[in-house]
Amino acid sequence: MRYALLVTLRSVRIILPLALLAGAAAACGGDEFDSGDPGDKTITVYSGRSESLVAPVLEKFEQQSGMTVKVRYGSTAQMAAQIEEEGDKSPADIFFAQDAGALGAVAKRGLFAPLPSDVLAKVPANYQARSGEWVGVTGRSRVFAYNVDMVPRADLPKSVFDLTGPQWKDKVGVAPTNGSFQAFVTALRVQHGDAKAKEFLTGLKANGALIRESNIQIVQEINDGKLATGLVNHYYVFEQAKEKGITADQMKAKLHFFTGGDTGALVNVAGAGVLKKAATDPDAKALIDYLLSTEGQTYFANETFEYPLVAGVPTAPGLPALDSLAAPKIDLNDLDTLDETVKMIKEAGLA
Amino acid sequence: MASAAAVGLALVPVAYLAVRTGEAGWTRIVDELFTRRVAVLAGRSLALAAVVTSACTAIGVGAAFLVTRTDLPARRFFGVVAALPLAVPTYVAGFAWISTVDRFEGFWPAALVLTLCSYPYVFLPVAAALAGGDPAQEEVSRSLGRGAWRTFASVTLRQVRPSIAAGALLVALYVLSDFGAVSIVRVDTFTRAIFTAFNVGFDRTGALVLSTVLVVLTVLLIGGELTTRARGARYARVGGAGRPPIRLPLRAARWPAAAALTAVAVLALGVPAASLARRLAEGVSRPGSLAEIATAAGNSLAVSLAGALLTMVLALPVGLLTARAPGPLATLLDRLTYVAHALPGVVIGLSLVFFGINVAYPLYQSVWLLALAYATLFLPLAVGAVAGAAAQSPPALEEVARSLGRGPAKVFRTVTLPLTLPGIAAGTALVFLTCMKELPATLLLRPTGMDTLATELWTHTSTASYAAAAPYAALLVGLAAVPTWFLSVRGGA
Repeated sequence: MRYALLVTLRSVRIILPLALLAGAAAACGGDEFDSGDPGDKTITVYSGRSESLVAPVLEKFEQQSGMTVKVRYGSTAQMAAQIEEEGDKSPADIFFAQDAGALGAVAKRGLFAPLPSDVLAKVPANYQARSGEWVGVTGRSRVFAYNVDMVPRADLPKSVFDLTGPQWKDKVGVAPTNGSFQAFVTALRVQHGDAKAKEFLTGLKANGALIRESNIQIVQEINDGKLATGLVNHYYVFEQAKEKGITADQMKAKLHFFTGGDTGALVNVAGAGVLKKAATDPDAKALIDYLLSTEGQTYFANETFEYPLVAGVPTAPGLPALDSLAAPKIDLNDLDTLDETVKMIKEAGLA
Repeated sequence: MASAAAVGLALVPVAYLAVRTGEAGWTRIVDELFTRRVAVLAGRSLALAAVVTSACTAIGVGAAFLVTRTDLPARRFFGVVAALPLAVPTYVAGFAWISTVDRFEGFWPAALVLTLCSYPYVFLPVAAALAGGDPAQEEVSRSLGRGAWRTFASVTLRQVRPSIAAGALLVALYVLSDFGAVSIVRVDTFTRAIFTAFNVGFDRTGALVLSTVLVVLTVLLIGGELTTRARGARYARVGGAGRPPIRLPLRAARWPAAAALTAVAVLALGVPAASLARRLAEGVSRPGSLAEIATAAGNSLAVSLAGALLTMVLALPVGLLTARAPGPLATLLDRLTYVAHALPGVVIGLSLVFFGINVAYPLYQSVWLLALAYATLFLPLAVGAVAGAAAQSPPALEEVARSLGRGPAKVFRTVTLPLTLPGIAAGTALVFLTCMKELPATLLLRPTGMDTLATELWTHTSTASYAAAAPYAALLVGLAAVPTWFLSVRGGA
C-alpha cells in the first residue's frame, strides 16, 4: 500500500507537468476568450449547422465587423441539448439551428430573448417565431427524390400519401431519426390530424419503407441506383453534385416537389435565436443582421442551395422559386409538439 | 485513499445518470424500460457482444500464438500488422465497408466490422503474455510426455487465461458502447437506441433512462469475467534474463497460417485504405488548407496526450493497489472503473457538461474536462496495463532489496520503477490512441472553436464532402498507428 502511494506520487511528479504541457498546448487551439460582456466585440455561437457550410459566412462577418466569433459546432439536437443542460450559465450568445423544431424547443424552455422588431421585419412572418424568439435565416423544402432511370416521370406520386400504395412497395427511403423528417410528420399531424398521420406512418412501414440514418445517405443511394426514391430535403442533391464536380441536372437523383399544398412539400427553416444573456448585446444583433443581409443571404443561396428568406435575393440556378412552390399552409410554430411525433414514429416501428 | 478518489472521479457520469433517472420519476422509467423494444435491443446488443467477443478471442489468440510461438514466416511483420487495426475507428471502417460492398447492413456485417476493429484488444495482451511467460512449466509438461499441441492447450493457454479474459471483457464492453459501426451498418442495438432517443426530439431523459440498462449489462459482464479471473493465477518470470519461448514448427501449415493473417490484415486495413483512396480520387472537395489539417492534428495529439496522462495519474493508484494489495476492496475499485467504460460517449459527455456547469465551472469547456471525460471512459485500459506490469514484478524483489538495506525511495527507483515503467508506458499509449478516435464526448466537451481530426472528419462527412474528409481520416489512422506500433513491438511479437 505504501509502495502504491509512493509510486503514484513519484509518477505524478513526472506525469503532471507533461499533462499540463499538453493541456496548455491544446488550450492554444481554443485561443480567444469571450468575456460574455455586451459590446466586447466577441460573440459565441452554438451552431447545429455544419462547419463547412457556416464557417465561410462567419469568417466574412468577422472581416467586415472586426469582431471575433467563437463557434461551437455539433448536430442541432446535440447543441439544443447542450444549451438546455447549461441553462442560464450557457456561454452561448446565439444558437444557429437546422430546424424550427429545435429552436422551438429552446424557446419553450424560456432561454431565448425576443428579437428586435427590425430584425423580424426582414423575414416573412410565417418563417419566424410567433413571439419573436427566433427568426428563419434560410428555407428548405421537403421533396421526393428519385432515380431518373428507375422511376419514369409519369409515375411520380401526386401526394405523399400515395407512397403507402403497392406501386411504391420497398422503394421509399426515409430517415426517421432526422429532424427534418420529424418536422414533416408533425406537419402531417397538424394538417390532417393524429389519426391520419399515424395511419400514414404505419402504412409506410408496412409498405417496406427503407430506413436510413441520414438524408445524405438516401440521396447517395438513389444516385448510385441502390435505392429508387426517398423523402428528403431539396438541397442534398445539389451538395452531392458539387462534391462530384457536376451540376445538379447531371445527377441521376432528381427532385420532385409535391404540389397543391401537400404536406410532402413542407418548407421548414434553418434559423437563429439570441440567448437571454445577450439580449441587449449589439454584437449578437450585428451577426443576426449580417445573416439576413443581402450578402449573407446570397452566400446561403449559392453555397448551401437553400432558399433565401429576405426579399430580393435570387435562389440558386436550377431551383424553382420559393414563392412558386405550393407549400402547405402550416405555421412553423405549431411544429413544437415533437414529443408526440417521436412517440408516433417509434410506435409505427420506424425508429 | 488515492485509489478511491480516482475511482470516485470516474464514477461522476454514473452518479449523474442516477440523479437524472431519479428525476424522471418511476412511471416514466417503467414506461421507457419495460417495453418489448428494450428487451429486443438488449438481447441484440448482448448477442452482438457475444459474437464479436468470441470472434475476437479466436482471431486474437490465434494470431498471438502464431506470431509468438511458431516458426511463422515474417513473424515480426505480422506482429505489428495484427495490432494495427486498433488504429482504425469503427466509423471509418464501417463507412469503408458500406461503400465497398453493396447491401452491407445488419447484424453480421456489424459483427464483422467490430471484430476487425477490436480483436487487437485480445491480441495485444495475449501476445505479450505468450512472449513473456516462463517456459519452465511447458518444459515440465513436455518432459512428462505430453505432446507439443497438448501442452499448448493444457498448460500455455491456461497460463494466459487472465490476459484472454481481460481482453475479451474490453471487447465485450466496447461492443456495447459502440455507435459508429452499428449506426453506419444499420443494426439496432442499445447504444444506437440511446443516440436515437437523444437525437429524436432532444429527449435527454429517455436517453439517460435507457443508459441505466447498459450499466446493468456491464455489471453483469464484469461479474462474469470476475469468476474466470478469480481462478487465474499469476505466472511471473522470476529472475534472470528471459529465455525465449518454445516455438512450435508449423510445417505444412506455415504458409496457410501466413495467408490467414494476411487475409485478416487485408480486411481490417486494406478495405479502409482502398476506400479512402477512392473517395479522395472521386470527389472535388478539399480540406481548407494544410495549416487547418496541421492544427487539427496538433489538437488531436494534445488533447489525447492530456487525456492519456490524466487517465494514467488516476489509474496508477488503482492498478498498484490491485497488484500489491489484492483483496475485496481492490477488486471492487478495479471493477468499478469498468462501469463507465460501456456507457456511450454522448452520455459521458452530457454528464460532464452538467458536472462542469454546476460543480466545476472554471473547467467547463476547457481541455481538462475533456481529459476527464477520456479518463472516465478509458480508465480500465490504463488500470489493466499498470496492474499487469506490477504483477509481473514480484514483490519479493522489493523485499529483498529492502532487506539488503536499501531505503524505500531507492528501492522504488531501482526496482519498482524499471519493472513497472514499460506497463505504464503501454497503458498510456493504449489510452492515447483510444482518445484520438473518440468522437461524441469530444464534440460536447471540447473548448469552443477547437477542432480535432475526429471532429473535422465528422464535419466533412456530415455534408457529404468525402474527399475533404479523407485526409483527416488517413491522418487519424496514421497517427493512431504510431502508439499501436509501439504496443505491438513491446508485446514481444
